[in-house]
Amino acid sequence: MSNVPAELKYAKSHEWVRQESDGTLTVGISDHAQELLGDLVFVETPEEGSSLEAGAACAVVESVKAASDVYAPVSGDVVAVNEQLGDSPELVNSDAYGEGWIFRVKPANTSELDALMDADAYNQHLEAEG
Amino acid sequence: MTTLKQTTLHDAHVAAGARMVDFAGWSMPVHYGSQLEEHHGVRREAGMFDVSHMTVVDVAGSGARDYLRYLLANDVDKLKENGRALYSCMLNEQGGVLDDLITYRREQGYRVVVNAATRDKDLAWMQQVARDMPGAPQVSVQERDDLDMIAVQGPKARELCLPLLPEALRSDVEALSPFRACEWQDWFVARTGYTGEDGFEVVLPKGETRALWDALAAAGVRPTGLGARDTLRLEAGMNLYGTDMDEQVSPLESGLGWTVALAPADRDFMGRAALEKQKAEGVPHRLVGLVLEGRGVLRGHMPVSAGEAGQGETTSGSFSPTLGVAIALARIPAGAGEQVQVEIRGKQVPARVVKPPFVRNGQALVEIH
Repeated sequence: MSNVPAELKYAKSHEWVRQESDGTLTVGISDHAQELLGDLVFVETPEEGSSLEAGAACAVVESVKAASDVYAPVSGDVVAVNEQLGDSPELVNSDAYGEGWIFRVKPANTSELDALMDADAYNQHLEAEG
Repeated sequence: MTTLKQTTLHDAHVAAGARMVDFAGWSMPVHYGSQLEEHHGVRREAGMFDVSHMTVVDVAGSGARDYLRYLLANDVDKLKENGRALYSCMLNEQGGVLDDLITYRREQGYRVVVNAATRDKDLAWMQQVARDMPGAPQVSVQERDDLDMIAVQGPKARELCLPLLPEALRSDVEALSPFRACEWQDWFVARTGYTGEDGFEVVLPKGETRALWDALAAAGVRPTGLGARDTLRLEAGMNLYGTDMDEQVSPLESGLGWTVALAPADRDFMGRAALEKQKAEGVPHRLVGLVLEGRGVLRGHMPVSAGEAGQGETTSGSFSPTLGVAIALARIPAGAGEQVQVEIRGKQVPARVVKPPFVRNGQALVEIH
C-alpha cells in the first residue's frame, strides 16, 4: 500500500497539493506515482513566475525508464520551485510529500481546490486503477 | 488478452518482490525494487539475470559448417577450436538485420543463442535457409527448450559463481578466457555477457535452475531486472535488436561493420551482395554514441540535427547511472561532425558524438565535462 497523507488534496493524475498558511499551495507527485515511475533521474520544474493553467502539463519527472508529465492541479502563478531537485531528483522517491516537493503556486481561484480529491477519494481512485 | 509465458524462475522473481512486465510475450522482472541500485550492483559487485526467455538453438549435421557460413554475416571458420564464440548478424537478402546472435563451436556442432523477441521469425528463417540454400547441406536446427539460462555479471561474478557450478565443470570454467565456453552434460558455461562486465552466461537443465539461482542469491549475487540490463548494455555500447537495428538497416549502418566477414571473397552468404553494393555506393549512416551536454534525458527515437550533414535519430537512450549524464546510441548521417542537437520535447539540446562503449569494466571511457 502506498502512503496517502490525510491532510493533502490529490489530482487524478497523481499530484498532491498542500495548503500553506500564507495561502500558497505546494505541489508534488504522490508516493504511488513515484513508485510506479521508479528511480527518478531528472526533474524539470516550471519556471518561477510563470503562469499555470489547471490541467495543463507544467513539469516533467523522468525515471531511468520513462518520462511523465506533471499537470498543474490549479491555475495560478509559480512562486517557488524546488531547486534541490536539480542535483537530487531522487528526493521525490525518498520523500515524495516532504523534500521531494516540486513547485509552489499562488492560486488564481481557490474554488478550483474543490475539484481535487481528499485522501479517502484518492485511495478509492488508486484501488479503481488497480 | 493472451497469457504470458513464464520462466522456471517466475515464482522466485515474484517472491523477491519483482515488478513483472510483458517482454516479448514473457512475464519478466523489470526490477526488484530499484533499477539504479541493481545497475550499480553489477558494475561494482555482481548481479544475475534470468535470461531463460532467450532461445538456444543447436545446429548439427555434416553440413552445419557450410550452413552457418551461408546463414551468417560473420564467418564461423574464425572459430578455430571447440568452445570459441562468435558474435554475428543474421541478414535477409537485402542486407537488413533479422537478428544478432552468438554462435559457439562445440564438439557436437554449433550452438546459437538468439533473441526472445525474434524467436518465431528466426526459427522459421533458419529452417527455410537450411531447406533452400545452394548445395542443400545435411543439417538439423533444433531449439533447446529444455534448457534455461542465467547470466551472472560483475567484477565479483566469477569468484561467486564458480563454487556453485558442478564439480566436474569447475576447473574448465576457471580456465575460460573471455568469449570461450565449456560444457559438461547439459551444463554449458560461457564467459560472455551483455553488460560490459566480466562474468558468465550459464545454460543449464530446467531442473537445476532454481537451485543455482537460490545458491547465487545466498552467495550475495543480486537479482537484477531487465531495466538494469538495458542501461548496462547501453553504457557498454551494445546494440539492442528491434531498437538500434532491424530489417530496414544493414550492419554497416549499425556500428557492426566489424562483424561482417567479407574475406574470404569466395564465401557467399545471405545479404552479401547487398552489403557489397552498399559499401561501393557509400554507407549513408553510421551508428554513434551521444553524450548529452545540456539538461534532460535522452530516449529512443528523438530527432538529431547534424547541421548541413542532415538529420538522424537516437535509437536508444537513457540516463547513464555510471556516468551521471544522459547517453544514447544514434543513427546519424555519415558526414556528421562531433557536435549535434537533439530535440527533447520541442527543445534543441546540444550533444557530443562519441565512439561507444561509454563504460567497460566499471570504468568510464568517455570524458564527461
